[in-house]
Amino acid sequence: MGKISLFALPLIVLFIIIYGFKKKINIYDAFLDGAKEGAITTFKILPNLFAMVFAVNILVRSGFINDAFDFLSTFLNRFNLTSDIIPMCFLRSISGNSTLVLMIEIFNKYGPDSFMGLLASTIQGSSDTTFYVIALYFGSIGITKSRYALPAGLFADFCGIIASFILVSIFFGS
Amino acid sequence: MVNIIWGLFILIGIIYAFLNGNISDINFEILESGKSALNLLLDIMPLLVIWMGLMQIAEKSGLINKIAHLMTPILSKLFPSIPKDHEALGYIASNIAINMAGLGSAATPFGLKAMEKLQELNNNKKSATSAMITFLVLNTSGVTIIPTTIISLRLASGSINPTMVIPTCILATTCSTIGGLTIDYLIRRKHGEN
Repeated sequence: MGKISLFALPLIVLFIIIYGFKKKINIYDAFLDGAKEGAITTFKILPNLFAMVFAVNILVRSGFINDAFDFLSTFLNRFNLTSDIIPMCFLRSISGNSTLVLMIEIFNKYGPDSFMGLLASTIQGSSDTTFYVIALYFGSIGITKSRYALPAGLFADFCGIIASFILVSIFFGS
Repeated sequence: MVNIIWGLFILIGIIYAFLNGNISDINFEILESGKSALNLLLDIMPLLVIWMGLMQIAEKSGLINKIAHLMTPILSKLFPSIPKDHEALGYIASNIAINMAGLGSAATPFGLKAMEKLQELNNNKKSATSAMITFLVLNTSGVTIIPTTIISLRLASGSINPTMVIPTCILATTCSTIGGLTIDYLIRRKHGEN
């Protein structure tokens, strides 16, 4: 499986270059045009990225999410799960880096092949960081009215997390 | 919506830190969070420059149009408001394909380019179109077949079978995508939009 990932990028690049030669376009000039656009896009997303990281880091550091949903731990204990999984669920949509760190902590504490480790891996893989994607994608084109994008994105994340619990129980539950 | 949530994050964070005496951590974040944002930007920028360069070759040579043409039958169901064979569809298709291969960071430039093309179709440049939101939902639900980062971290943590989570990850992300697209479809229909 990993082989596909290894070969994919070089093959894509190769294909783009060959296709450019075949169509006899000036590929070097085209690359420079695009690269310039890439630099401009970076600066377009800069304010959004800073705003998002600022708010997210303050919320995460305050410890609010870890404590606010602690009441769920008695419920989780019934299913042989510990409260370590709770912040992962609530941070998944907000901060991808935080959940990656939490996942590694769970690996270290319970082992990557334990039920908790498998659940953490699946939750991490179930969706992407909605807040980050919105900041990045809408920021790059100057959209300020995101309309129903956030609720729809969060609902997708929610489905992914619920599915993770069910699927890991089915596949790896004792 | 984002406006309120952004403010709430900061309000809750600071007030909660006052209550539990965590305030030195908050001081640190106020001063240092810019650095994490800058690091994030430094991670993205090289990819954007290189890939937007390559994508420009693909666009000039007509490759993106060709992908758009090939994918129109499938994608036009998801994006009824995008005209047939439009370049945006080519970028959307490429973004989805690269995401599926687990090359998330290389997919981002294609996604940004797709958004740029969708913005050309937008009448109100400040407000997101339904096609943009559908595409965003596809991206946030993270359609991934090979979760490369997770597998490598599992391996690093001493997993005996790092790839054993691939099936659960694929199925979970499928549920997330289906859930997201369903709610997106229902909202669009309620608003009477395409």
